Amino acid sequence: MAIEKMSIAKALNESLRKALDTDPKVLIMGEDVGKLGGVFRITDGLQKDFGEERVIDTPLAESGIVGTAIGLALRGYRPVVEIQFDGFVFPAYDQIVTQLAKMHARALGKIKMPVVVRIPYGGAIGAVEHHSESPEALFAHVAGLKVVSPSNASDAYWMLQQAIQSDDPVIFFEPKRRYWDKGEVDVEAIPGELHKSRVAQAGTDLTLAAYGPMVKLCLEAAKVAAEEGKSIEVVDLRSMSPVDFDGIQASVEKTRRLVVVHEAPVFLGVGSEIAARITERCFYHLEAPVLRVGGFHSPYPPARLEDEYLPGLDRVLDAVDRSLAY
Amino acid sequence: MTVESTAARKPRRSSGTKRATGADARKSAAATQSAEPQLVQLLTPEGDRVEDATSSEFAPYVADITADDLRGLYRDMVLTRRFDSEATALQRQGELGLWASLLGQEAAQIGSARALRDDDYIFPTYREHGVAWCRGVDPTNLLGMFRGVNHGGWDPTTNNFHLYTIVIGSQTLHATGYAMGITKDGADSAVIAYFGDGASSQGDVSEAFTFSAVYNAPVVFFCQNNQWAISEPTERQMRVPLYQRAAGFGFPGVRVDGNDVLACLAVTRWALERARNGEGPTLVEAFTYRMGAHTTSDDPTRYRADEERAAWEHKDPIERLKAHLLASGHADDAFFAELETESETLGKRVREVVRAMPDPDTMAIFENVYADGHALVDEERAQFAAYLASFEGGN
Ligand SMILES: Cc1ncc(C[n+]2csc(CCOP(=O)(O)OP(=O)(O)O)c2C)c(N)n1
Repeated sequence: MAIEKMSIAKALNESLRKALDTDPKVLIMGEDVGKLGGVFRITDGLQKDFGEERVIDTPLAESGIVGTAIGLALRGYRPVVEIQFDGFVFPAYDQIVTQLAKMHARALGKIKMPVVVRIPYGGAIGAVEHHSESPEALFAHVAGLKVVSPSNASDAYWMLQQAIQSDDPVIFFEPKRRYWDKGEVDVEAIPGELHKSRVAQAGTDLTLAAYGPMVKLCLEAAKVAAEEGKSIEVVDLRSMSPVDFDGIQASVEKTRRLVVVHEAPVFLGVGSEIAARITERCFYHLEAPVLRVGGFHSPYPPARLEDEYLPGLDRVLDAVDRSLAY
Repeated sequence: MTVESTAARKPRRSSGTKRATGADARKSAAATQSAEPQLVQLLTPEGDRVEDATSSEFAPYVADITADDLRGLYRDMVLTRRFDSEATALQRQGELGLWASLLGQEAAQIGSARALRDDDYIFPTYREHGVAWCRGVDPTNLLGMFRGVNHGGWDPTTNNFHLYTIVIGSQTLHATGYAMGITKDGADSAVIAYFGDGASSQGDVSEAFTFSAVYNAPVVFFCQNNQWAISEPTERQMRVPLYQRAAGFGFPGVRVDGNDVLACLAVTRWALERARNGEGPTLVEAFTYRMGAHTTSDDPTRYRADEERAAWEHKDPIERLKAHLLASGHADDAFFAELETESETLGKRVREVVRAMPDPDTMAIFENVYADGHALVDEERAQFAAYLASFEGGN
């Protein structure tokens, strides 16, 4: 074991460093990823150590970034592209949805698309428009893409490497409000499966399912609920496509109650699919309908309203109470 | 004289530009690599009027400018800079979440904006505080989005000054469409779209060039080439001087000294005249420099050298006009003193207004999502109101 304590940002940086080091086909591409090290410094120092041919500052053009990454992948490279903020992925959305996602199927499985698209996402950093959104459902809905989000430093470190090793395109959502949270990383561990959920906290009365930035919030909620004598299980989904329904089912069969929490709008969100599937799978186990806590059907609000918009402790605990009241 | 601005020389009636042959294009590409492209300049960094072939071509467009007008341009630049530095300070004090400073780009903005008519329509990006100033938008209205109380803060139709656009390059297409509408209406107003050198890499900007050329839209593309897109220098965006790109789309492009307010005014007037005459789009590249950080969250020491900034300081747009005003006797000490007082008053007002700016009402989250209303929004609004009320009841 070689355990190191580091922030999520540092874990991602170390992970990229290791990927560049072990596989000469791995490339980092994006706006400002070179000298600046990215606006969040996730690529800090990588260009200095691996050169401009491996860590590539691109023109300011997201469609161009993903489109050329597809071409590089066709040529045998494994590009890891950085989209600067969630709201700026849309110029590349066409390339991701119409090309990246479908290339493998169109080629009858003959070609692979090992492209990772890293997107810092989510709110609570007091930013201006287009810097705080959670568009994961828009990607999870598209067949051919895999969609994941780590919630802690260890997962950040390992999931990113697994995403890079994957022969499928992976949309890798980074919870930007948690970048500076520290955690332990065992850099020699044998990591778990990329698309398996994880029980972050065991409990018996109710399951809170979350991913990315909301896992920490759910753990806090479980702590508060414990003081009130409630035993909450927190499941960190880690992957939004595929979703580990077996993992959630196992938890719900035990606790009989489920609340799904995410920042993204509730309507047609990842939580909707989980609610539907778990209702189907666990109909006779459930003591209450599956509840969802998340964003509203409104544009992400200006920063001074984001605390109201985003799920916080109170909204999660309110849902817990409602579920337990059935 | 560049190929592109040769086309500019006889704009009056000749519709369209000289069609370049493949050989011409290769020739001009080669020329680009060897020589620095010529800048349209009317005032040197020392404040002297320039009289050469390029300037004499554009000088007529500012022949009517009086001493009073010059003082007005100076006043605009000084007050805009004062407003900008106040906003930077307010960000440092935690009153604003972010600020995108225009420091160094005052001449490009004031010169181009003062060329516009009231019925012209403007599509800014997020740094056009000087343009907003010229349009009569209350500067404190620009601060709402940076403070985080709204996503805009002004009614674009009041001053024909559209909302700031953060997604890079998007607005150039809106500008083109608006301009197409003007043509359909048979009106003679024009549109100006502001964007940066980095933005020129976006597909949207190329598509805006394509549409505006094909539909001969009365739009001026005003690119402030401030040399950087966050940490990336222009070489990471393009390999030929930006203004030359217009030729490939079939309309003229010209590079102007972006730190020379008079030249920016002249060139923009010329481009607007073309638009009004039905001669279609123009690309103006204002060659300038972003003196500060990209935004208050950026750290330029990571990617650029201090010497670079120092070299550009010598070309400061405000000092240049001041030198000219003094040398020509167009302004005296009393004028500068009065302006100083006016600056202080503006700074104070901005500070006070920002500090007093209220947070929006929580329920604003559900307002203006749709023009015609929406059942889901109504349901969520009611649920959230009941949820909030449950706290008041419980306490
Ligand atoms: C589509 C999109 N991608 C990325 C960003 C993040 N971003 C904001 S400003 C900027 C650089 C813009 O440079 P330039 O167009 O030269 O304008 P300047 O800010 O220098 O005036 C970037 C990359 C964005 N706002 N929109």
